[in-house]
Amino acid sequence: MEKMLFKRIDVPNAADITVAEKHGAYSQVGKAFGIKPEDLVNEVKRSGLRGRGGAGFPAGLKWELCARVPGDVKYLLCNADEGEPGTFKDRFILEQDPHLLIEGMIIAGHAIGAQQGYIYLRAEYPKAAGILEKAIEQAYAKGFLGKNILGKGVKFDLSVHGGAGAYICGEETALIESLEGKRGQPRSRPPFPASSGAWRKPTVINNVETLANIPFIVALGAETYAKIGEESAPGPKLFAVSGAVNNPGGFELPMGTTLREIIYTHAGGIKDGKQLKAVIPGGASTPMLTADHLDVKADFNSLMAAGSMLGSGAVIVMDDTACMVNVTAVLIRFFEHESCGKCTPCREGTGWLYKVYRRILSGEGKPDDVDLLLSICESIRGKCFCPLGEGAIQPVLSSIAHFRSDYEQCVNGRGCGREEQCRKVLH
Amino acid sequence: MSAQHAGRAGQTAERPERKSVFSNDLVERIEKATLRYPDRKAALIPALNMIQRELGYLNRDAVRFVAKQLSIPESEVYGTASFYSLLGWQPTGRHVIHVCHNLSCSLLGAESLIEHLEKKLGVGEGEVTPDGRFSYARIECIGRCDGAPAILIDDDYHGNLTPESIEQVLEQYT
Ligand SMILES: Cc1cc2nc3c(=O)[nH]c(=O)nc-3n(C[C@H](O)[C@H](O)[C@H](O)COP(=O)(O)O)c2cc1C
Ligand code: SF4
Ligand code: FES
Repeated sequence: MEKMLFKRIDVPNAADITVAEKHGAYSQVGKAFGIKPEDLVNEVKRSGLRGRGGAGFPAGLKWELCARVPGDVKYLLCNADEGEPGTFKDRFILEQDPHLLIEGMIIAGHAIGAQQGYIYLRAEYPKAAGILEKAIEQAYAKGFLGKNILGKGVKFDLSVHGGAGAYICGEETALIESLEGKRGQPRSRPPFPASSGAWRKPTVINNVETLANIPFIVALGAETYAKIGEESAPGPKLFAVSGAVNNPGGFELPMGTTLREIIYTHAGGIKDGKQLKAVIPGGASTPMLTADHLDVKADFNSLMAAGSMLGSGAVIVMDDTACMVNVTAVLIRFFEHESCGKCTPCREGTGWLYKVYRRILSGEGKPDDVDLLLSICESIRGKCFCPLGEGAIQPVLSSIAHFRSDYEQCVNGRGCGREEQCRKVLH
Repeated sequence: MSAQHAGRAGQTAERPERKSVFSNDLVERIEKATLRYPDRKAALIPALNMIQRELGYLNRDAVRFVAKQLSIPESEVYGTASFYSLLGWQPTGRHVIHVCHNLSCSLLGAESLIEHLEKKLGVGEGEVTPDGRFSYARIECIGRCDGAPAILIDDDYHGNLTPESIEQVLEQYT
């Protein structure tokens, strides 16, 4: 497949607008402005584009919900929080091709009737912050942003809003709270952001990669675009592969590429000639899979059918030396730290889980502890205010389901001989 | 969110000299930030980030200053600031080292790296080296998992580190 989202990634200095324009940036703005907003929304609907931030919500439908709400003031937010552990796909666009994102946002703004956009950028991406600020400045200077874009009477202002270190701010309603200057705690839904979002105005929130697809949908037309990748979720997909592989990195592949091809063909296979033990296909909060699942296609429906999720497309690979108790403890340590504290099942539950992992890894685990972990998960499941809590239990449930023997080795009193190493993750 | 930081919000000891720290330039930059939003309060996190960049951390004076600039109660500034783990209330070294300890980095040796770093620096998490050069903290995934184990020193990333190569990296910072 010819690259689209990564088309300019290897072009030196593509973050500079002159270079980017030479390679096609902003070429679709004029065409998009010639299309009526409702037709543009329909075009995105017909393209079948589903959100790339994790949930896979149809982008065109989200836009339509917002566009239909009466009112002059609407907002477009780009979710550049990219906080799901293992995820670094959006980084390539943010740092190397910011004009692709800006172009997508200008077109999206026109479609939904938003004249103001914000890019909510995680604090851990200081390099991207500088690059985006400069790119936005250049886009203003060239008349792609501002009061009268391309002299066509379209207005769209854009700025970067930096976060301050909180994974939960990637959740869309927490993101809005944070943008407004508050603690990043999720809001109850309904109302959904499309009708009442930032400053209670109709708001669309899309992931970086979702917005980066928009210029290509305009360029190719919905029909041609929809032929790429999987029928149930068309388009190219960015995968970020890390862990025990020879060639970790970001790859643009058709949606529906198998895990085997992603890991062995593109990421160079398992490091040091070892075997694959487990793979997390879509970031820390998606259930682990095993070597038996390598022929599963990486798309929303296929991964769901295999008991996991596409999530953010962050593929984390573990080889046969990995201890799954240790791996899961690291993830639970993360969720416990990042729980926003708003609801009890998640706030207390992640704390309890970590406490049990602590006990097991310090060599004081009891045989009952595995069932105790499962019962804590049951007290969290379906009882949380937002999806973070539900995500937190996935590594626990899936690692116990697939690798219960790892746990049993830890709690049988005999140990595995690597306790020293394991204890280091207790923090 | 960081409970550790939250608890310390009110009790910072050292006070910076106000005049030199909260410069006119800072006032101007915060003012400019407010123009981007329909409501002044939205400039709160950007303002706190700006102050932390200049001071290295936040304290009571910073909270008062921002509250006044944005016309919001100090309690709201505390409320928001205490939520975010990268806003800190303790003095930091001239360079801040953030070591990622999340999964991809952990699989490739982050914990040994941290152990080595603590030994090398002679300080624990959150402490400043006696020469004031470094302070270090653990951090969750910094989106550099393709270069695991990865760290962030101030605004720069370093990846594929080993206990040996991290020493060379540290030498670049004075
Ligand atoms: C805890 C949590 C963290 C999230 N983090 C991110 C993130 O970092 N980036 C992102 O785009 N979406 C993230 N999401 C998903 C967003 O809530 C939202 O679904 C997404 O930004 C919508 O954009 P899309 O439809 O284009 O995918 C997160 C969700 C949850 C529950
Ligand atoms: S599930 Fe966790 S992160 Fe979500 S609202 Fe409850 S405490 Fe906060
Ligand atoms: S896990 Fe360390 S950078 Fe992602």
